[in-house]
Amino acid sequence: MNKLVREIFSPSTLVTVLAVVASFIFGGILIAFANEEVQASASYVFARPGDFFMALWNAVFGAYDALFRGSVFNYKLDGVFAMVKPITETLAYATPITLSGLGLAVAFRSGLFNIGAPGQIMFGAMFAGWFAINLELPFYLHFPLAVIAGIVGGALFGALVGFLRAATGANEVIVTIMFNYIAVLLLGYLLKTPFLQAPGAVNPISAAVKDSAKYPLIFGEQFRVHAGLIAMLLAVVFVWWLLNRSTIGFQFRALGHNPNAAKVAGINIGLTYVLVMAISGALSGLAGTTQILGTEKFLTTGVAASYGFDAITVALLGRNNPWGILVAGILFGGLRAGAVTMQASQGVPIDIVLVVQSMIVLFIAAPPLVRAMFRLKPAKIGVAK
Amino acid sequence: MKLELRGITKRFGALIANDNVNLVANGGQIHCLLGENGAGKSTLMNVLYGLYQADGGEILLDDKVVKFAGPGDAMAAGIGMVHQHFMLIPVFTVAENVILGHEPTKFGGLLDLNAARAKVREVSDRFGFDLDPDAIVGELPVGVQQRVEIIKALIGDAKVLVFDEPTAVLTPQETDELMVIMKQLRDAGTAIVFITHKLREVKEVADKITVIRLGKVVGEADPSSTANELASMMVGRAVDLDVEKAVAKPGKASFKVAGLSSWNTAGTQVLDDINLEVHEGEILVIAGVQGNGQTELTEAIIGMHGRTIGSIQLDGKELIGKNVKQVLDLGVGFVPEDRTEDGLVAEFTIAENLMLDRSDRKPFAKGLNLQLGVLKKFAEEKLKQFDIRSQGIESKASQLSGGNQQKVVLARELSRELRLLVASQPTRGLDVGSIEFVHEQIVATRDSGIPVLIVATELDEATQLGDRIAVMYRGKIVGIVPADTPRAILGQMMAGIHA
Repeated sequence: MNKLVREIFSPSTLVTVLAVVASFIFGGILIAFANEEVQASASYVFARPGDFFMALWNAVFGAYDALFRGSVFNYKLDGVFAMVKPITETLAYATPITLSGLGLAVAFRSGLFNIGAPGQIMFGAMFAGWFAINLELPFYLHFPLAVIAGIVGGALFGALVGFLRAATGANEVIVTIMFNYIAVLLLGYLLKTPFLQAPGAVNPISAAVKDSAKYPLIFGEQFRVHAGLIAMLLAVVFVWWLLNRSTIGFQFRALGHNPNAAKVAGINIGLTYVLVMAISGALSGLAGTTQILGTEKFLTTGVAASYGFDAITVALLGRNNPWGILVAGILFGGLRAGAVTMQASQGVPIDIVLVVQSMIVLFIAAPPLVRAMFRLKPAKIGVAK
Repeated sequence: MKLELRGITKRFGALIANDNVNLVANGGQIHCLLGENGAGKSTLMNVLYGLYQADGGEILLDDKVVKFAGPGDAMAAGIGMVHQHFMLIPVFTVAENVILGHEPTKFGGLLDLNAARAKVREVSDRFGFDLDPDAIVGELPVGVQQRVEIIKALIGDAKVLVFDEPTAVLTPQETDELMVIMKQLRDAGTAIVFITHKLREVKEVADKITVIRLGKVVGEADPSSTANELASMMVGRAVDLDVEKAVAKPGKASFKVAGLSSWNTAGTQVLDDINLEVHEGEILVIAGVQGNGQTELTEAIIGMHGRTIGSIQLDGKELIGKNVKQVLDLGVGFVPEDRTEDGLVAEFTIAENLMLDRSDRKPFAKGLNLQLGVLKKFAEEKLKQFDIRSQGIESKASQLSGGNQQKVVLARELSRELRLLVASQPTRGLDVGSIEFVHEQIVATRDSGIPVLIVATELDEATQLGDRIAVMYRGKIVGIVPADTPRAILGQMMAGIHA
C-alpha cells in the first residue's frame, strides 16, 4: 500500500494545478445544472438559445463571483474594512487546515499514513482548553502554557500511534482511524462531566476560555484573524527546515523511502516512528489550539470540524511540501469562507464546495484522467535497459 | 528454426540502444549474446519479442521477414522468452501459470485444469524438470520458478528460446542445472539465444558468441577464447579478471567470532556454533550456497539479528547486544548483499546516500542542522575518487547503473574510520569493469591493515579475493581452508562434506 500512497502523493505540479482547474470547471457544470433559470431556459434552448446561455453565464459567473467576494475581496461593499474582511476570513479558516496539513506531511514523508489528524486536533484542543478554562494567570504565562499544553496533547496522542507501530507493528492507518473515534467519544464524554462541562450547562459544552489564554487578534476587533496565523507561518518554516535541512528530517525521509536501508544505516526505526508521529501530532495539536484559543472559544465535540480530513487533501494538494501546503491550505480556507457568501447571495448549496474539494482529490489521485482531459503527454514509463 | 536479426537499430531519443545489429541463431545451437550491463542486449531482445518496434532493420524467421506488433505475435511465431524477472503469478499453481493466456477449456467453457496438468507433466518429464503441476509458484525456489517460465515458453511451442540474464538470480547449483537444461533443449533442436555477461557460463554452453558493446556488435568470438579475451572484447580495453593482490601480511586477529548461534523469528536455528577469526590485513571469504546462514551471520555482526548467543568481538569489544548504530560507530563498514534494498535509498541523491549512516554526526551535522555545503564538497570528492559515473551528485541513486550504485555504497562505507569491513556479495550483478574496481577497493582496504570479511556465493570470487576461505553449510562452518584449495574440494565442502 505504501507504494500506492507514494504515487498518490507525488503528482507533478502541473497535474496538481490542472486538477484544481478541472474541479472548478466540474463544479461550474454542477452549479449550472442545479440552477432553476438554466433548467427553465433549457426547455426552449433551440427557440431562444440566447436565454439559455445568458442563464448559464449568470449562474456560473454569479456563483464563482460570490465565492470570490466571500473569500478574497468584496468589491460590492462599502468601506475598506468590509471589503478586505473576506481575505481575513480565508486566513482564519486556513490556519488550522494548514497547520494540520503540515503535520500530516511530516508523517507522509516518513512513510506513515497518519489519518488521525481529527483526533490529534481534538486532543490538542482538549489539553489547551482545560488549561485555558481552569487557570487564572496573566496572559504572558497563561497563553503560552495553554498553547504548549495543546501541542503536548497532540504530540502524545500521535506518539502513542508511533509507539504501537514500533512495538507491535500495528498498522498506523487502522490505529489512527480508531483513535479518531476514541478522541471524539472521549471528548463527548468529558464534556458531560464536571471535568470539562461548563457549570450549570445542559449541553455538552465547556465554559469559555479565559481571555488571558486567547490568541491575540492581529488586525483588530473587526477581523477574526488571530496570532494563530503567525504560528502557522512559523510552522511552515519549521517543517521546511525539519524536512530539508535537519538531521532528524533526513532520517525521517530515509525511513519513508526505504526502511531497510535506514535500518542498515543505523537509524533507530522504532524511535523514529515515535518521533515522527509526535511531531505530526504536535502540529495537529497546535491546529487544535488555534481552534479553541482563537476561533471557537468553547470546547465542543465539533471543535475539529472537518479540518482533520481537509488536511489530508491539503497535504496531497501541496505535494507534501510545506510551501505547497501553505498555498493549498489558503485555497481551502478560501473555499470555506466563500461558500457561505455563495449560498447567501446566489442560493448555491454549500455542498458544491465539498464537491469541488472532492473532485480535486479524485483528479490528483488519477493523473491519467487529467492528462487525457488536457491532452498532456503520458507520464514517462521507465525503459528497461 | 533459424532466426536472423538484420541491421536492427533502436533509438530512445538521442540514445542509440541498438546500432545496426546483426545476429543469426540456428536451431540446435546455443547462441550467446555477451555484453556489459547497458550494452543494449535486453533492448535487442525486446525488439525481437515485439515489446519495442525497431527504428530500422528486419527480423527473419527461416529467411522470411516477420513483423511483431507485440509479444503475442512473437509467441505465435514460435519465439519464447525467459525473462530476468519472472512473469509469474505467485499465488497460482504451476499449471495455472503455464496455461495463463491460452487456457484449455472443455465443454461449456470450463477451465480444463487436468489437460493443463497433463501437459505440464509431459514437458516436465521430457526434460527432467521434476515439476509438480499443483505446487504454488510463490512457494518454489527461484531456480524451480525459472523452469516454470521455461515450460511456459515450451508449451507455447517455442522454436527459438531467449534467456535474458537467466542466472542472475540463481545459486551455483541451480545455474549448473540450468546449463544442463539448455543443452537438452538445444539437442532437441531449439534455437537458444542466451543473454549474459558471465563469462564462465558462456564458455560452458556457447556454440557461437556475439559480443555487443554500446549498442553495436563488436564481433563474434569462438567459445574456446579465454575469459580474459572475451572480457576485453566486452569492455573494449584490456581487462585482467584475476584479482591482483600481494601476499597478505596478516597482523593480529582483531575480529573474533566464538560460539555464535542464532535463531530466526520462527524459532529455527540459523547459525550453529560459528567460530572464526579475521586478522588485520587479511581477507576471509565466507563461501557457500546462498541461504546457508551467511545473511544471518552478517546481520548478527552489525547488530540486526534478534536471538543470538555467543560472542562477536572487534578490538576486544563485544558487539552482541549493541544496536546497528553502536556497531557502525565501532568502525564496522558494511556492504549489504542487496544494495537497492538495504544499501541505498533509491529516491535520494548520490550525495544524500553518501551520508546515510552519518547524517547526524560531524562533519555532516552541526547540532540538528545538516551541513549541506560540507556534504556537497564531500560528495564531489567521492564522485571523482570512486569514479561514480552520473550526471552529478544530485542524480538520484535509482538513475545509476548497478555498478555505480555499488560504488556509492563502497564510497560511503570506506570513507569512515574502519576497523572491520564486512561485504556481502559485493559484486553481485555487476559488469566486468565494476567488478574489477570493487575488487581493487577491497584489496586496498585489506592492505591498509583492516580485517575484511567477504560473503561470496561464486567460487571464482571466493578463491581469487580470499586469503582464507570459510565454507558455510546449513548455518555451520564446515571448515576454514587456504584460498588455493582445489575447486572440487571447496564444492564438496559447500555441499556439507568435510574435506
